[in-house]
Amino acid sequence: MRTSLHISNKRGPANDVADIATGQSLEAQLSAAARRIRCHTLAAIFHAGSGHPGGALSCADLLACLYGAEMNVWPHGIDDPTRDRFVLSKGHAAPALYAAGAAFGFCDAKEALALRKLGSKFQGHPHVLDLPWVETSTGSLGQGFSVAMGMALGLKLQKNDARVYAMLGDGELQEGEVWEAAMASAHHKLDNLCVLIDYNKLQSDASNDSIMKLEPLAAKWRAFGWAVAEIDGHDIPAILSAFRSAAVTTGAPSVIIAHTVKGKGVPIMENIPAWHGSVKMTREQTQEALTALGADAGEIKELLDV
Amino acid sequence: MSSPALIGSSGDSLREAFGKALSSLADEFPQLVVLDADIAGGTGVHHIRKSHPDRFVQFGIAEQNMMAAAGGMAAVGLLPVVTTFAVFCLRAIEQARLSLCYAKRNAKIVASHPGLDVGPDGGSAQCLEDLAAFRAIPGMTVISPADATETMLATRAILEFDGPVYMRTGRSPAPHVFGEDHTFEIGKGRIIRDGGDLTIIACGAEVARALAAAEMLAADGIDARVVNMATIKPIDRELVARCARETGAIVTAEDHNIHGGLGGAVAEALAATVPAPVEFVGVADTFGSSGEPEELAYAYEIAAPFIAAAARKVLKRKRADARR
Repeated sequence: MRTSLHISNKRGPANDVADIATGQSLEAQLSAAARRIRCHTLAAIFHAGSGHPGGALSCADLLACLYGAEMNVWPHGIDDPTRDRFVLSKGHAAPALYAAGAAFGFCDAKEALALRKLGSKFQGHPHVLDLPWVETSTGSLGQGFSVAMGMALGLKLQKNDARVYAMLGDGELQEGEVWEAAMASAHHKLDNLCVLIDYNKLQSDASNDSIMKLEPLAAKWRAFGWAVAEIDGHDIPAILSAFRSAAVTTGAPSVIIAHTVKGKGVPIMENIPAWHGSVKMTREQTQEALTALGADAGEIKELLDV
Repeated sequence: MSSPALIGSSGDSLREAFGKALSSLADEFPQLVVLDADIAGGTGVHHIRKSHPDRFVQFGIAEQNMMAAAGGMAAVGLLPVVTTFAVFCLRAIEQARLSLCYAKRNAKIVASHPGLDVGPDGGSAQCLEDLAAFRAIPGMTVISPADATETMLATRAILEFDGPVYMRTGRSPAPHVFGEDHTFEIGKGRIIRDGGDLTIIACGAEVARALAAAEMLAADGIDARVVNMATIKPIDRELVARCARETGAIVTAEDHNIHGGLGGAVAEALAATVPAPVEFVGVADTFGSSGEPEELAYAYEIAAPFIAAAARKVLKRKRADARR
């Protein structure tokens, strides 16, 4: 397995510094990390024989930016009380979270390929007792957001400056609890809380529009008292810029509505709801997908022959 | 062993006792925060809202968010106590399951308004399912104290205990069962009146009624033991087995559905240790309705005479078994 990426300029004054060792720009590093997250995600789902690839691929760029540039959290400091926290409220995207953890050194990349297996710490949905760095257990939509707002509120009560990030799926916004948490976060002025919405427009069975319409989404969050940014969730400079705006917003929580493509980066999956659900991927499909993501024969072998 | 008699009938409600205890313990537990869903006056936490406003967090009428947020607050080192009515805890039970128990958070749920004790608000508000539901969640400790004194002791005990707890209080003024010398330990039942013919195992509001039933039985020459089983989970299996061995017959009494609560826990313990005939006093798998708590106790057959009747029935079964 390759060694972890090292991107060290977290939420600093200049997010565009190049890595001293490689000369790569931050954007290039994060883009490489996102590609790596997508490849690892697909390999893990292939090995598991089930899992949700679509919504894991759509949030890979957001995860790369969070762990690679935005959050003040490092593998050696996962119990540091001043660390920033991330909660994956859309827990079914666990393979992408594990892949991000592997890319940034929070877990072993090879171990994380044992997704959904008996005895593995990498369960179908994240579990904090198995992997402390996932911060809380999720998998029931809506709850991760509430836990994150509880963390943000608790940190504020303790005068701790750490920030809390939560990623929600678009279909997840149909849960009533989400709007309870949205109202409470604004009421308590949780400007240390930043919600990311992976808005890929598709949910388990079909499109958001046909299942339960979400629009006008930005207006809903504004009406609930949130600072709203709407961006292309695959545009790394736009993601970093939205994080920067959220970090300097005071008196209100921030939401980043990230327009994304379900199955992003894999032509056979892009925008096809069938790839939301728990699917079994064949070796051929996985190879094709990895190739589409730019993996060479060596990387494919490394990911699939374990 | 404490004296068997009821000490009086003009006690505080358990919710008031809890509220006052919490307020008095706030300085001792600096991480303590109380979560409320707009019913502080009902749950007793108006006391701490007044004494320690910085420890009181308002969540509005939104129990699901409050319950899961407690998990987040515990995760960052606070000691959250979620407070609402028992029936609204059921609304947020999945949040208690995932974000408190599965994640193993040190958070407490304290529910007022359990059972028929709710009274006039009627069937929709009378939660008769909470002990069964919360008992079924792995890692959850379930407690139902019997009077104001025990509630104050239990409040301290749950704050000292590391792990998720569901505790019932009560709406109505409750008779004093225990004196100042009473002690409380999570997981331990207590024989509060000794007897050799049968054992009545009770919790919450039914403890005082069980003692009254024992007096009625004594008048007929029946020597009933009474156990206060304030911890429903983990049940004091050793004490249940000992009572079965020593008295040979058990009656359970609770202000709860007869299914899955204290009666279920006792029956499970008996089945695994010393099988003995059991009669269950509780609400017979139905919903409650409006009325005063004492009227309801008669209407739904959980008042003292019904416990005494169950005792006579189980004694008959015990004697029939002995003749076999």
